[in-house]
Amino acid sequence: MRLDLYAIYSIWQREMLRFFRLKSRLIGSLGAPFFFLAFLGMGFRGGGAMMPGIPEGMSYIAFLTPGIIGMTILFQSTFAGLSVLWDREFGFLKEMMVAPVSRMAIVLGRTAGGVTTSIVQSMVILTAGIFMGVSLSGIRGFLLSLVFMILIGSTFIGMGLAFASRMKDMSGFSLIMNFIIFPLFFLSGAIFPIEQFPAGIRLIAYLDPLTYGVDGLRYCLVGASAFSPLADLGILFLACIAMLGLGAYLFEVSEVE
Amino acid sequence: MDGPAIALRSLTKRFKGLVAVDGIDLEIEKGELFGLLGPNGAGKSTIIKMLTTMLKPTSGSAIVWGHDVLRDRDAVRSSVGVVFQDPTLDTMLTARENLDFHGRMYGMNAERRKNGIEEVLDLVDLAEKANVLVEEFSGGMRRRLEIARGLMHRPHVLFLDEPTLGLDSQTRRHIWQYIKEMNLQEEVTVVLTTHYMEEADNLCKRVAIIDNGRIVALDSPENLKDLISADIINLAVLEGHDDLLQALEPQGWIRSIQTSNGEVQLHVDHAQARMPEIMAIAYRHDVAIASVSMHEPTLEDVFLKFTGRKIRAEGGGGAFARMGPWRRRR
Repeated sequence: MRLDLYAIYSIWQREMLRFFRLKSRLIGSLGAPFFFLAFLGMGFRGGGAMMPGIPEGMSYIAFLTPGIIGMTILFQSTFAGLSVLWDREFGFLKEMMVAPVSRMAIVLGRTAGGVTTSIVQSMVILTAGIFMGVSLSGIRGFLLSLVFMILIGSTFIGMGLAFASRMKDMSGFSLIMNFIIFPLFFLSGAIFPIEQFPAGIRLIAYLDPLTYGVDGLRYCLVGASAFSPLADLGILFLACIAMLGLGAYLFEVSEVE
Repeated sequence: MDGPAIALRSLTKRFKGLVAVDGIDLEIEKGELFGLLGPNGAGKSTIIKMLTTMLKPTSGSAIVWGHDVLRDRDAVRSSVGVVFQDPTLDTMLTARENLDFHGRMYGMNAERRKNGIEEVLDLVDLAEKANVLVEEFSGGMRRRLEIARGLMHRPHVLFLDEPTLGLDSQTRRHIWQYIKEMNLQEEVTVVLTTHYMEEADNLCKRVAIIDNGRIVALDSPENLKDLISADIINLAVLEGHDDLLQALEPQGWIRSIQTSNGEVQLHVDHAQARMPEIMAIAYRHDVAIASVSMHEPTLEDVFLKFTGRKIRAEGGGGAFARMGPWRRRR
């Protein structure tokens, strides 16, 4: 087991090396969330007055920033899970699979790496939000938001891993991008309150783990939420265990014949 | 550890009804440099994958360095190093970082990793490139780095799956040199697969010829070649072609005569001793000969003898040219 902790650390370290080495990808992946934040923030400056469901007295940018952080983590961590496909394509996966470490260590190392990079990016977005006028509710809220970030990240790494284990190559990538990731993002209430949805759609939004992640982040960072933050935490935790378990299981069975 | 480095007992692998490896029995001694020779699709890579726990055997057993590949997967993995047919380096990392990652995965501490990296990089002459991104490496350098990595955790058995596939002949010779050196210096048992006859002949102390998932011949390259008793002489005839054939026909020591495009091919024993006699006959019958060549039987001839063909017919094309230097997947 000690060897495995070392392996988890090593896989995490490799992810860090790659992440910080690819400056263009690092900046590129921040582009979309940053522009969402900047342009939506400027366009809907009216806030609560324009959009029913946003709490009284809260600016739209304060409502939006936790949502965009959720988006950043959703995209970054799903890609981190899917990056198994890249490693398989370029052969590096075999290097890990033939080493005397458990499959679970490989999954956990990857999860740790994806979560770390997600949090680094979230901090950049949060800083941008603060520059645009968001005031944080407090240090305790900020620390608790890290817990939510870890849970959201792990959940979607599990999802990415599950997809990657079911795919032979990267051809299904845009399908996942456009039909899974974007709907999860829009349904989560990241950019507008889910009360705005018709009842049927709202029901689907309740099935989206990111809904609880974004709501929890909102509670932690700007002090307002639609659900009880404890419920957010509990539901997200269960979703995380389920998704990560599913991802690890499918990964394990896919690589052994 | 006592006993052979590797022991296979009716090892079999089926993929959806297709038999890839068909009941192989084999023992490989410690310190041997052993070759699995056969065409693409013969089952060589499948054998390697089973011996490195990447695939589970359908039936039979495989013991690697005293550990069962099914029951003691981690012990097998710790005992072996593998260089796969397809590249498995992280090109975004430097040579040193790739090796360091490898060392960590095998539980080596910082000091052992540091020494190990220096040592294996020296062995493959890449010490100066330690901090260069693998992205910038040539194909030959990548292969060398992979061989170095396979050795880094000091495995007892090193598997090399087509170690020189896709490399030019000069690089190939270099890599042969490295493989020989490490087999001697590091006392590591080496098992390699290849479809290059020349490679098996040059490197291996013993060769198993694999075809359709079975071992069809197993011996040293020299003994295998001795099975083809005759040497081959080629005569390029300018003039008096038919006269020469008539004159040679009654000679009892010629095993067979074949002609094509004005070229006469003879199968004889002890070609070198018979050469003057052939020349004398040609001279007596006023036959003009442009050139003469002879070659000793190669493993390719052995393969031909045991399988009845040069390579599995994959629809036309010329024999080994199709297996060319470009890379193919399994």
